[in-house]
Amino acid sequence: MSRFASRRWVLGAVTLGLVLVALLAPVPLAGPAPQERHISVNARTFEFDPSIVRVNRGDTVLIKLQAEDVVHGLYVDGYDVSTQAEPGRPGELRFVADRAGAFHIRCAVPCGNLHPFMIGKLVVGPNLTWLRAVAASVIAAVGALAALWRP
Amino acid sequence: MRWAISEVPFVKRLLLGRWLHWSITAVTLAVFVVVILTGIFGTPAGNHNFGIVYVWLVWWALLKIVLIPFLGRFWCSVCPIPAPGEWLQRRAMIQPRPGGRLYTLGRKWPKFLRNIWAQNFGFLAVALFSALILTSPLVTGLVLLAFILVSLVTSLVFERRTFCRYLCPIGGFVGVYSQMAPVAVRIKDPAVCAGHKEKTCYIGSDAGYGCPYFNVPSKMVDNTYCSMCGECLRTCPKDNIAFYVRQPGADLLHTKGRRLDEAFNGLMMLGAAFVYSVVLIGPYGWLKATARAVGTPGWFVYAGVLLIFNAVAVPGLFWLCVRLGQALSRKPAARTGAGGARTPGRRDSLFADYAAILVPLGLAIWVAFTLSFTLINLSYAWPALSDPFGWGWNLFGTAQMAWTPYVSGLIPYLQVPLLLAGLVGAIALALRTARQHGQPAWSAVPVSLFCLAAVVGLLTLYLA
Repeated sequence: MSRFASRRWVLGAVTLGLVLVALLAPVPLAGPAPQERHISVNARTFEFDPSIVRVNRGDTVLIKLQAEDVVHGLYVDGYDVSTQAEPGRPGELRFVADRAGAFHIRCAVPCGNLHPFMIGKLVVGPNLTWLRAVAASVIAAVGALAALWRP
Repeated sequence: MRWAISEVPFVKRLLLGRWLHWSITAVTLAVFVVVILTGIFGTPAGNHNFGIVYVWLVWWALLKIVLIPFLGRFWCSVCPIPAPGEWLQRRAMIQPRPGGRLYTLGRKWPKFLRNIWAQNFGFLAVALFSALILTSPLVTGLVLLAFILVSLVTSLVFERRTFCRYLCPIGGFVGVYSQMAPVAVRIKDPAVCAGHKEKTCYIGSDAGYGCPYFNVPSKMVDNTYCSMCGECLRTCPKDNIAFYVRQPGADLLHTKGRRLDEAFNGLMMLGAAFVYSVVLIGPYGWLKATARAVGTPGWFVYAGVLLIFNAVAVPGLFWLCVRLGQALSRKPAARTGAGGARTPGRRDSLFADYAAILVPLGLAIWVAFTLSFTLINLSYAWPALSDPFGWGWNLFGTAQMAWTPYVSGLIPYLQVPLLLAGLVGAIALALRTARQHGQPAWSAVPVSLFCLAAVVGLLTLYLA
């Protein structure tokens, strides 16, 4: 095996290892003390207001969903919980935000043409998923350049 | 490294026969007819309409996640849109006419349009209306009907599959991304082709038709314009063409014949993935409503921004990165030709060659984007199958099945590795392209950073 080839394999393996560390290594990060969050979300064609809900990991989240025009639902990706509301009859949803990251919230009741794209976001901080992914991307890019670099 | 899978007798029989392609096309055409009928006459509620669910969810996911990455442009060979025109052109549905004769006016496609610029601009035109097309069954039905009519007329006036090769807005990016596929149809021995003057693979014979995509197989170096329809396998009297399984992305390892129209396609598709990620799966309801309100002042602003971003900003930024790389190298670009000889390269060829790095990245981005809504919404497929028009039917007993998102928590874990793989593939190609142009590795850094920025940008849209 040539010197370049062996260097490529070594740097490639190191890069892969670092990417895995960035993505998977446990990070002892103490967040704020968990609290109960009461959040009112208005749903109308075809958006949630607020469109981005931010809580901290460990918080107990109580979402009150109010439908402004037609029947809407609210489903949280990753948490697999949902509720629905009709005008004048709000829906409620309670869950513990025990997974950090960003999760789409979606309308769970067909409400019109853009229904599949009626999407909001629940961001459970600290959002290490995004930071890990960005760090892994930078490591992968630098590692690929280093491993395949020929002066 | 490649393996001629068509040398396996059973596979060869399957590929030389016409029934495989014809049977799949018959099924896709039948589904296509239902799509148009349900689009025009069915419920306007998109997620209950067979047309919307089976085109923009099931077919799109199959195309992006399975067909292009694993079978290249195979979809084009069984696509229902050109089928009626091709059957009319051939005046046959299965068995070939003697000499591979075609019944058309035989007009030649204008020379200045023999590229994929029309497909690029066609895609952009469709993208402008995509929020409406994707969500309105009637518009989807009418657009697909228009596609089939244009294809039919094109088949009767022009030669072969002119529509697929030069006009189809989908065919452009399917062709460019099919270079990543681990399969290819290629000649076995160039010397045999050189000695065969009749070129029945191009003009046709009693055994089959000339290449519907105007390819001469001996000159074909990538999958971009090959649908793997098998005509050349049938018409080659020397048995010198094979169906190969090979290293994924093998077509991207050379810089032969890279063109600006293909480069633009890769850049435009990258920009479109960003736009769709913001507009369709972002949390901005006002933006979705604006994108769908075709003809309103807001929509014109949206259309202008989309066009500028896709046709000017993204290609312009990439061009700047290429120029910066060239400046860093302090050497004029040269292209490595046959036998390793370096020939001076033009600036646009450097741009086009570097743009090929966006093929693995773009495909990964589009698969990641498609994953973000496919698994979540796939359960709409079951009720739509039983009640395609939304008229209250229950053909298969699945009409009442509720919306059930599948593995919604898993999607980021699929998207991140995909994007990382696309990024690494792009950077590896960038360094290779620099070498092929006789430039130092430094010149690949700006375009590599461009790719990194694209991945970080998408990760931010999806995960932040």
